[in-house]
Amino acid sequence: MSLLAVEQLDARHGQLQAVRDVSFAIEEGEILALIGANGAGKTTLLRAVAGAHRISGGRILFDGRDVSSARANRRVGLGITLVPEGRRLFAGMTVEENLLVGAASERRGRWNVDTVLDAFSMLRPLMKRRAGDLSGGQQQATAIGRSLMSNPRVLLVDELSLGLSPVAVEQVYESLQAVIASGATIVLVEQDLGRALRVATRVACMLEGRIVLEGRATEVTRESVTEAYFGLKRPSRQGGTP
Amino acid sequence: MVNELVQGILLGCYYALIACGLSFTFGVLRIINLAHGSIAVLGAFVVWTIAEQWNISPFLALVAVAPFMAAAGWVLQRTVLERSLRSGALTPLLSTFGLAIVIDNLLFSKFGADTRSMAPNIGDLAFASWNLPGGVTIGQLALLTAIVAVALLGGLQLFLARTPLGRAIRATAEDPDTAELVGIDSRKVYAAATAISMVTVAIAGTFLALRATFDPYAGSAQLIFAFEAIVIGGTGSLWGTLIGGIVLGVAQNLGSQISPQGFLIGGHLVFFAVLAARFFIAGRSPGSLVRSLRRTSP
Repeated sequence: MSLLAVEQLDARHGQLQAVRDVSFAIEEGEILALIGANGAGKTTLLRAVAGAHRISGGRILFDGRDVSSARANRRVGLGITLVPEGRRLFAGMTVEENLLVGAASERRGRWNVDTVLDAFSMLRPLMKRRAGDLSGGQQQATAIGRSLMSNPRVLLVDELSLGLSPVAVEQVYESLQAVIASGATIVLVEQDLGRALRVATRVACMLEGRIVLEGRATEVTRESVTEAYFGLKRPSRQGGTP
Repeated sequence: MVNELVQGILLGCYYALIACGLSFTFGVLRIINLAHGSIAVLGAFVVWTIAEQWNISPFLALVAVAPFMAAAGWVLQRTVLERSLRSGALTPLLSTFGLAIVIDNLLFSKFGADTRSMAPNIGDLAFASWNLPGGVTIGQLALLTAIVAVALLGGLQLFLARTPLGRAIRATAEDPDTAELVGIDSRKVYAAATAISMVTVAIAGTFLALRATFDPYAGSAQLIFAFEAIVIGGTGSLWGTLIGGIVLGVAQNLGSQISPQGFLIGGHLVFFAVLAARFFIAGRSPGSLVRSLRRTSP
């Protein structure tokens, strides 16, 4: 049984169908990179899985249990946590308070303030600073740390490198390695194809709300991903050769 | 003059006390609760009834009433405010205005139009004072009110800063959608915040009944003073509310030195001056004014 299974999921933004008939599953310890051009439906899909966007069809199974109608906070309690696009930190609160708020679900596990600071050492001297005063990279590290504080079984990361300087992206990915090394299960939405393919164990490419390519990161070719990304050829679901 | 300033500060602390719940509710829920004054008077009537019926101290009656007010706040949030919030910014104003009318008229039908006071229930404390050098007089009840106001506002500030629920309240106030994404149940947090607010309103209502007379329609005046204190001090800021209350109290007391009508006019003038200044600084648009008011949130 998959840890997370999405079955024939539909989600809309008003009249616009942003996600169409999407299905995928992820096993414990896997890192799925969800890639695609702007407007492909990645963020909507991730938010739907996290419970932040109402679905219009299909279902979401977590550990065999249908969580489609559960509210976002309930899903965090079960072990699904989203690092939202744009970080969405509580800007008026300190880094330490942001991390502590992340533990609101009271899920037990390896992540606490100390272990988060071990993984994201750049945050150690910033604990008393207001989150709104941090640089983009520091904010992203705080956002990931805040999500880890809920000890998720699946971490959904939306646009990890968006709006960050190359140096900041490098730092955040370095820190993320510690999270990956801990055996975390991650769904990563990323525009940077090269990084996504290096980090992920599996890749799914979205185009116009559908998954048009899905395969193991070691099996898909850069050409097949590029073709799927830009919609140059019609879809194939397995094996990486569209 | 010094005595007038001192009396103004003590009176201002009472205004801060009555404004505390309104400030807290606005800071967290972004609701201007127009029933705030009526709920304070309701609290005063409930405490008065228990104190009279059981022949106990109003302070003891307040301790007994507080959990019920908290429960009423929880129910009010889940049944009225939460639904109102989902229907846009105007609906909470209308629903709390309606609630104020309902409370006022229910109190009138139950207790009639007679004015009441709990001053007789606390003996000498109601009028005892200390005479200090320089012609300064400090009323014991006024000082107790000031101590309770500072303790309540300080306690709430500490609660918001140091406790998990306090942090959850601040996070939800700042961004309820993201709060849900980190595992906070925003509906429970809102209900808890309203419950806390109702307890503070009950405390304020009790002190209203101890220091003055009250009747079923006394709520609207309390609402105006509370609202003015909050606008002067910065909406949603608890320490700002204390400062706003003190500024209002001092302005009223100094105004009363100029003419008998100057008591109210002095307070209103300061309120309008601060409002106009905020309006001017914020760029003259109502939307930016609201943002400037919120800038001082806890």
